[in-house]
Amino acid sequence: MSDNLAKDLASPAAGEGAMPTPPADAPATGAVPAATADAGALRDRPAGGGDELVRVTDLTKLFPVRRGTLVRRGAGAVRAVDGVSFAIDRGTTLGLVGESGSGKSTAGRLISRLLEPTSGSVVFDGQDISHLSSRQLRPLRRDIQMIFQDPYSSLNPRHTIGAIVAAPMRIQKQVPRRGVRDRVRELLELVGLNPEHYNRYPNEFSGGQRQRIGIARALATRPKLIIADEPVSALDVSIRAQIINLLDGLRTEFGLTYLFIAHDLSMVRHLSDRVAVMYLGQIIELADRTDLFSGALHPYTHALLSAVPIPDPTSHRRRERIRLHDEVPSPLNPPVACRFHPRCWKAQEICRTEAPPLLERAPGHQVACHFPEKRDVV
Amino acid sequence: MTGPAPAGTPFLQVRDLTVSFRTDDGVVHAVDRLSFSVERGRTLGIVGESGSGKSVTSLAIMGLHRRGRRVSIDGEIRLDGEDLVTAPAERVRGLRGQRMAMIFQDPLSSMHPQFTVGEQIVEAYRVHNRVSRAAARRRATELLELVGIPEPARRLDDYPHQFSGGMRQRAMIAMAVSCNPELLIADEPTTALDVTVQAQILDLMRELQKEFNSAIIIITHDLGVVAEISDDILVMYAGQAMEHGGVEEVFAHAEHPYTWGLLQSITRLDRQLETTLRTIPGSPPSLINVPPGCPFHPRCTYRELAGPAASTVRPPLAEASPGHRVACHLPVDERRRLLREEVTPTL
Repeated sequence: MSDNLAKDLASPAAGEGAMPTPPADAPATGAVPAATADAGALRDRPAGGGDELVRVTDLTKLFPVRRGTLVRRGAGAVRAVDGVSFAIDRGTTLGLVGESGSGKSTAGRLISRLLEPTSGSVVFDGQDISHLSSRQLRPLRRDIQMIFQDPYSSLNPRHTIGAIVAAPMRIQKQVPRRGVRDRVRELLELVGLNPEHYNRYPNEFSGGQRQRIGIARALATRPKLIIADEPVSALDVSIRAQIINLLDGLRTEFGLTYLFIAHDLSMVRHLSDRVAVMYLGQIIELADRTDLFSGALHPYTHALLSAVPIPDPTSHRRRERIRLHDEVPSPLNPPVACRFHPRCWKAQEICRTEAPPLLERAPGHQVACHFPEKRDVV
Repeated sequence: MTGPAPAGTPFLQVRDLTVSFRTDDGVVHAVDRLSFSVERGRTLGIVGESGSGKSVTSLAIMGLHRRGRRVSIDGEIRLDGEDLVTAPAERVRGLRGQRMAMIFQDPLSSMHPQFTVGEQIVEAYRVHNRVSRAAARRRATELLELVGIPEPARRLDDYPHQFSGGMRQRAMIAMAVSCNPELLIADEPTTALDVTVQAQILDLMRELQKEFNSAIIIITHDLGVVAEISDDILVMYAGQAMEHGGVEEVFAHAEHPYTWGLLQSITRLDRQLETTLRTIPGSPPSLINVPPGCPFHPRCTYRELAGPAASTVRPPLAEASPGHRVACHLPVDERRRLLREEVTPTL
């Protein structure tokens, strides 16, 4: 990939460790040692304990629902995200999985501060960003970037891809030494596009190529955290793998941290170091990838894993089948106590009266269930 | 030329089906000389990426393309021996809903928002059955119960938006099976659904097939879904058939490089983690400019081994073993060697 870009990313604005060493023959290497020192200083700064880049505590987002046309009165609220806590270490990927209505996308938008939390806090790189104003957020937008699901609606059809990829740099007034145009070319090359296509419009590109444009745009400001919300689910099977590999390669090359939001469990397994499973706005299980996929403890995680179709026609003879009844209840009026109890085959009296707290049952493995049990369902 | 199905005249037989659309940019060759068949009681999974022609094929079978100057359909589609391509539109309309029915991906946009679910099922049923409204309503209640909707008599009076995604898909299925069709085509029936609901709908389709002994075609991009529900698999690329055979045979002994590419590029829960996914280079071609010869050759890793024919001659869909057909220029022995030495170790 582009050596120039690696150098650019290691410039003072990047302020991130784990950058590849710039090539000896690259021009203007003078700025780099300073940058590395800067990055080192940043890394030593306390970030809420350990090497955490993000720490989310009791994060809650309510969307009020109003009824009535003449007299508007509150009719409760959708508890989209309800008391969620987790951390993401620098240079790692946290996968956030769940079905529709689980709150995974809302959680992503709260962390990127596209939404403001109702309560709880988001600490990014040592700074509490939960209630910053849009002006205060502006410098932060550089560090947190998003990649969206739909590569058709997330690119302005009237702008050239050069303008699209350059936009974050212009807004942030981050003009690279060699000019915006050169940097856009580097970015396009980095994501596997022809840099000469600078002046083309999004409609001239396929879905996979558009997603690459979206990734180039996200990288333009040299972010620390990338929040990818279903980045491959709109793409064809043979294109998905290309994008997944690209995201994976960029993470290693630039030491990026990802929050990867997806419903496809096998994709999440491939890309994540840790995985959080959400159900009706809450995290019900959080563990390292291996622990989650081969030793899940929560019955809902078991049901999810069991429902994933395996591309092996002989597998259903060996696999355990767990079928949930009904569908996810409305987040407007979620079940009391354990939210999963109406669909759970293990539910006892306590599950209907007491919400199970998210407890660490094994090192690094948290689960919110009164009757956790290890089970291999794949 | 059928799959491993029992001998006899196949219930649905498609032969040399060609569908093209004239557009301002040129002629779109959506389906090109496609042949396959499906027996009663069996499920064929058609897999392919966008633009592979899988949905156009199903619409052609259902007679849902408006033919005219811009659309041309050639070849044969025989439903229980009767050719639908040459049949008058009137006749095809009579068969549709009665002997063949279809389920679409998005049940919200395929149901009318201003009529209750019950009214829509009643109407679909009464088009083909001369019964009273009350009798049709009783039938609709039975159907909703059959597809697993709780309190069916009450839910009949709900509007589609009052149903959840999974329930809407169940209601669509109820409508489709209202006349006990012998052929059911499901176009991405679970793509819009959550994984736990998808599992429920696939179970339901399996149960209904047992009950009605219908022939089912399921169109999907998800190899997991095909493996789970199909007896046979047809892999399409650029409007053409690449590989066709029994599902266990094809998943265990795939012989087409495109099928290999698909199998290699997916992430799967039942395998060890890999550091890098294998990919198919490039992207699917435009159907206005389908590459000559084998349409897959520009993306094929093994095209050099196939010689110059790869880019000039279209490979026929030829039988590689009983019931397993492959459209590839590579010699059979070569394909099996590649599968054994290069592909299987990576799966």
